[in-house]
Amino acid sequence: MATVIRVLNRAPVTVVMLIIGAIWLVPTVGLLVSSFRTAAESNTSGWWNGIAHPSQLTIEPYSNLLTGGGMLTAFKNTVLITVPTTLIVVLVASLAAYAFAWIRFRGRDVAFLIVVGLLVVPIQVALIPVATLYGKVGLFGHIPGVVLFHVAFGLPFAIFLLRNFFIGIPADLLEAARMDGAGELQVFYRVVMPLGTPAIASLAIFQFLWVWNDLLVALVFAQTSSAPMTVFIRNQLREFASNIDVIAPAAFLQMIVPLIVFFAFQRYFVQGLLAGSVK
Amino acid sequence: MASITLEGLTKVFPDGTVAVSDLNLGIEDGEFMVLVGPSGCGKTTALRMVAGLEEISSGVVRIGPRVVNKLSPKDRDVAMVFQNYALYPHLTVFNNMAFSLKLKKADKAEIKRRVKEAAQILGLDQLLDRKPRNLSGGQRQRVAMGRAIVREPQAFLMDEPLSNLDAKLRVQMRAEISRIQSHLGVTTIYVTHDQVEAMTLGNRVAVIKKGILQQVAGPQELYEHPVNIFVAGFIGSPAMNMAEAKLSAFDGDLKVSFGGHDLRVPAAVVDHRPALRSFVGRNVVLGIRPEDMEDASLVPQAPADQKLAAKVSLLEALGSEVLVHFEVEAPVVLTEDVKELAVDVGAEHLENLEKQARVGRSVFTASLNPKTTAQKGGSIELVADSTRFHFFDPDTGLGIYH
Ligand SMILES: Nc1ncnc2c1ncn2[C@@H]1O[C@H](COP(=O)(O)OP(=O)(O)O)[C@@H](O)[C@H]1O
Ligand SMILES: [Mg+2]
Repeated sequence: MATVIRVLNRAPVTVVMLIIGAIWLVPTVGLLVSSFRTAAESNTSGWWNGIAHPSQLTIEPYSNLLTGGGMLTAFKNTVLITVPTTLIVVLVASLAAYAFAWIRFRGRDVAFLIVVGLLVVPIQVALIPVATLYGKVGLFGHIPGVVLFHVAFGLPFAIFLLRNFFIGIPADLLEAARMDGAGELQVFYRVVMPLGTPAIASLAIFQFLWVWNDLLVALVFAQTSSAPMTVFIRNQLREFASNIDVIAPAAFLQMIVPLIVFFAFQRYFVQGLLAGSVK
Repeated sequence: MASITLEGLTKVFPDGTVAVSDLNLGIEDGEFMVLVGPSGCGKTTALRMVAGLEEISSGVVRIGPRVVNKLSPKDRDVAMVFQNYALYPHLTVFNNMAFSLKLKKADKAEIKRRVKEAAQILGLDQLLDRKPRNLSGGQRQRVAMGRAIVREPQAFLMDEPLSNLDAKLRVQMRAEISRIQSHLGVTTIYVTHDQVEAMTLGNRVAVIKKGILQQVAGPQELYEHPVNIFVAGFIGSPAMNMAEAKLSAFDGDLKVSFGGHDLRVPAAVVDHRPALRSFVGRNVVLGIRPEDMEDASLVPQAPADQKLAAKVSLLEALGSEVLVHFEVEAPVVLTEDVKELAVDVGAEHLENLEKQARVGRSVFTASLNPKTTAQKGGSIELVADSTRFHFFDPDTGLGIYH
């Protein structure tokens, strides 16, 4: 009886979740199916015909895309931009957040206020000056330039998020570690890092997704040889004829990696979202 | 292992709070020293300065011959047991205990041996693979102890390690801490606000009030010769009864009068405390411990001049003793010390005392043999052992023992 009531109580939630899931899933499935159809078919009939006639489906769009050059380079560029950015942001931000939360030093609070202030600086105001600067120092159009820009604009939020999480770790634990003979770095990686894993993991996911899906920064600072997938896909758009057979598989490839990352880390991600409220 | 010496130890917080003031204390090698006092008196701050977790405003902390003022906690080689245990939640019991040894890069076999040994002493053998969240309060407490033990440090510092346990477990762990400490012989500073804990654990007990050391002595000495009203009121449970009284000469002996009662103080007592004679004809603060009174009907040869009649206003039967509360028509003693003690009991208690002071009464407690026939609301005759009375100078609050 009790279980029945519980199921009934949760029914509305379940229904809403199913609807949201369906809304998200339909275009995704549409994209997936389209990516296996030829240009001719896509131009003459809707993607759902692909489900009705599975024999129409072919991996040809994928093999064309991958053998055509362009896309592979773009994929490589995306990885080369996203992975270093994420690693650097997570590493620097955790160390900085630890210092802001747990080390007393002169000017700490002012410095932290400045970091918080940087949160509201829009990316757009920096595009032109940084582009000029990159031109002068020879970073313009190169991957390290893109990475650097992403790191700079990723750090304030990352530091803010982690600092607020770290400050919730009981001070006694850090003191216990110091009494046990740990120096600051050891306190950091033996106590704060393990306890901060949920926050660090969700930060890593966020950061990864932002950079992976970024178009604006790449459009401004990258050139053809250093452009990521987002720029590549955009360049496939043509004004009059849609070349869906290129865009669909490219878009799907672009999407699949974040999904894998998300599902791999979703346990931490959920913990991270709940962390503040449960404790 | 080493001795610990505090010389003029002082802590002033940035907001101006003087938490510890000129604390001088020598703790011998292997000694169990208890710091006791009402909450907020600076015990934790003092302990944290020894640990290196709190900066020293002035004064010196020595561990062994070495001045450690400038050393960070990790270089002081002392282990601390925190009030809330501060176990690493992400590590198993084994790894919690092994943490410090791993930092020191101790040999794996050695780590295992020492953790196993400590676990044996503490009865944690079966729990080494558990995480702290799967342990009971008592077990967590043991792990916290274990973490200190495996280090084989110069000294243990413990900050109210039992205060989060329920009463029964507290008594059990208290005995265990005592056993382990004397077994290992490690110099220990133990902080508590519970005077029973202090008395049962300490080789010596240091009583602190508002950051100032009042008295350092063995438990029995503290009980029998409290240096002032504060220590007298703090040590002992139920607390010592105190009232303003008048001392006068009486037939070669002395007589102490309060609230219509006259009790003879034999000359032999005065001979041990000649200073009392200078108070003849003056007011003193009389202190009588509840244990030093008895139902007169149970004491066959109770001398008449040591008896007092009382009306029982409240009776608490505790099994092994019966506590009897009765009113005495003598003004309650309301010195700074007494107020400080009352605040520690609770704001209400202070209000009560102030009310009593206004009407010139005090409430006494006597601890009687359970055979007593006393009844709530009834009258009773008590006999007080005047050889065990305490007298305090009402102006200075100091005990008169010389
Ligand atoms: N960081 C601090 N800043 C200012 N005052 C403090 C600080 N820590 C403790 N105090 C004050 O110092 C006094 C002693 O505190 P503490 O050592 O914790 O007392 P105890 O452990 O005896 O209860 C208290 O009055 C407390 O309010
Ligand atoms: Mg304290």
